[in-house]
Amino acid sequence: MSNELELSRKSVPLIEKFVKNFIKLSAFGAILISIAIVLTLSTEAINFFQSPEVTLKEYFTATRWTPTFKNPEYGVLPLISSTLYIATIACLISFPIGLFSAIYLSEFASKRTRKIIKPVLELLAGVPTVVFGYFALNWITPNIVQKFIPGTGVFNAISAGMAVGIMIVPTIASISDDALNAVPKGLKMGAFALGSTKRITALKIMLPAAISGIIASFILGFSRAIGETMIVTIAGGQYPELNLDPRSAMYTITSSIVNVSLGDTPHGTTAYNALFALGITLFLMTFILNLASDYISRKYRKVYE
Amino acid sequence: MKGVTLNMENKTSSKIDLDSVFSVKNVSVNYGDFVAVKNVSMEMYKNKITAFIGPSGCGKSTLIRSFNRMNDLVPSAKVSGEILYQGINLYDQNVDPVQVRRRIGMVFQKPNPFPKSIKENIAFGLRVNNMTDNLDDRIEKALTQAALWDEVKKDLDKNALDLSGGQQQRLCIARTIAVEPDTILMDEPCSALDPVATKKIEDLMQLLVNEFSILIVTHNMHQASRVSDYCAFFTTKATEDGRRTGELVEYNDTKTMFTNPIQSLTEEYISGRFG
Repeated sequence: MSNELELSRKSVPLIEKFVKNFIKLSAFGAILISIAIVLTLSTEAINFFQSPEVTLKEYFTATRWTPTFKNPEYGVLPLISSTLYIATIACLISFPIGLFSAIYLSEFASKRTRKIIKPVLELLAGVPTVVFGYFALNWITPNIVQKFIPGTGVFNAISAGMAVGIMIVPTIASISDDALNAVPKGLKMGAFALGSTKRITALKIMLPAAISGIIASFILGFSRAIGETMIVTIAGGQYPELNLDPRSAMYTITSSIVNVSLGDTPHGTTAYNALFALGITLFLMTFILNLASDYISRKYRKVYE
Repeated sequence: MKGVTLNMENKTSSKIDLDSVFSVKNVSVNYGDFVAVKNVSMEMYKNKITAFIGPSGCGKSTLIRSFNRMNDLVPSAKVSGEILYQGINLYDQNVDPVQVRRRIGMVFQKPNPFPKSIKENIAFGLRVNNMTDNLDDRIEKALTQAALWDEVKKDLDKNALDLSGGQQQRLCIARTIAVEPDTILMDEPCSALDPVATKKIEDLMQLLVNEFSILIVTHNMHQASRVSDYCAFFTTKATEDGRRTGELVEYNDTKTMFTNPIQSLTEEYISGRFG
C-alpha cells in the first residue's frame, strides 16, 4: 500500500485551486454586476409601467417629460430626441476631427510630432467632463455660439453638442489610429511602389483597409455621446418638451435622470421609478450600439495572413 | 576589393554593347549612425536579370530599396554616393521619389495585394498613373503577362486575398508591370512561396526580361544561378564597433560567378561552406 504510486486528485496543491477560483470569480464578477444592473433597472422599471399614472403607450408617444410637476407627464420622446440631437452634433464635430487627426498621426506626422500630439490628445481624454460642461456654458456659448448664431439661449444644444464632440475626439482618434497602424505595412509599401503619393496611399489604401476599426470607433464615440451626462446637464438645459431648435435648451435622458435623482423625489413614487425606466432605455440604446459596433468590426474586418 | 575593380573593368570592355540602367558609384546606406551597406559600385544592364545574393544582413535588400527610393520612407535612412538611373542621379534634389517609383516598379518578399478585387488591384496603379484609357484591356494584358489571366479571368471581382500565395505574388507582379515601368526590382519574391509557385515566378521572369530590366534579391543562390544573367555577391564584415556592415564582394556574369569566381569568399559561399 505504501509503495503505491500517488496519482489521486488530493495531491493537487490547495494554492492551485485557490488561485484558479479567485481569478474565475473576478472574471465572472463583471458579468454578475451587469446582470445585477439589468435586474435592478428592470424591476423598478416594471413598477413604473404598472403604476396607474402611466402607460407604455404614453411613455413612447407623449411629448412632455414632467414627472415632478403637479400633473406629471411621462413622455420619453423629447428626451430621446434631445439625446440623439446632441449626440449627432457631437458626432458632426468629432468624427471628422478625430478621423483626420488619426490619419495625420499615422500617415503624415513625423515620429517627433507624433510623440508630442499623441499625449496631448490623451490628456484631452483625461479632462473631467464637468470641466467640459463649464467650458461649454461659460466659453463656447458666449464666445462662439451666441456670436455666430443669433437667438441662442444660455443653455443650448449646440454648445453642449460641441463640448461632447470635443470630449470624444480622443476616443475616435485613438481607436482609428490603432486601426490604421494595424494595417499591414506591406500594403503601404505596395501603394508607394506603384507611384502613389502620400495622399493617395492614405486615403485610397490605408483608410479602406482600416475601415472596420474606424466605423467601430465612430459607433463607440456615438455611444459615449449618448451616455454623456455632466456636459449636457450643465450646458444643455432642461427643456422638457419636444423641441428641434438647437439654439434652445434640450433635455437629454441622462440629465433628466440627474435632475430627478438630485431633487427630493421620495423613494417608491412613480417619479422615482421613472428614473429606472429612463435608465433601461438608455442602457438599451448603448447596448444596441455596442452590438452594432462589434458586428461591423467583425463583418468588415479584412483577414490578412 | 582589388579583384572587384579589376573585374568591373574587364566586363565593361567585353560587354560594350550593353546599355546600362543603373550605374552605382560608391553608394553607402546608413540607418542613423549604423552603416548597413558600404561603398558599392556597379553597373546594371538593360533587359538583363541581375541577382543580388549573400547572407542575411549583408545589405542587399537595403541596397535594392535605395534604387527606387523606398528607403525614403524610413526616416533615419540616408543614401550617400551616386545612383544614376539611365543617366539621371536618383538622389538629385530635383528628382521626385514618386516619379522614380513610377518608372521603377517593385515586388516584395511577402505578397502584398490590396484587400480589394483582383481587377481593382491592377486598376489602382493605373489610376494613380493616369493610365485609365482602355482600363480593361490593360488589366487583361498585365494579367496575361504575369501568367495569371487564365487562372483568374472568370472571377476578376474576387477579393485578391482569396488567391493562393503564388497567385497573389503574380498579381503583385501584374499590377507592377501594368503601369509600364522600365525596371522591376524584386526583393526576395519567392521566399514566401512553395517550389511550384517559385518555378512559375522564375519562368515568368524569363519572359518579362525581354521587356524589362530586372533586379532580384534572393537568399537562394540556386535561384540566382537559374534565373540571372549577372550576379552580385554581398557579405557582412564586422566593423570596429562590433556591428556588421554589408559589402559587395564580387560582381560578374552569372556563369563566371558560379563556375570560376575570382574571390575565395564567393567560392566558399557558392559551394555552401558558409552563409
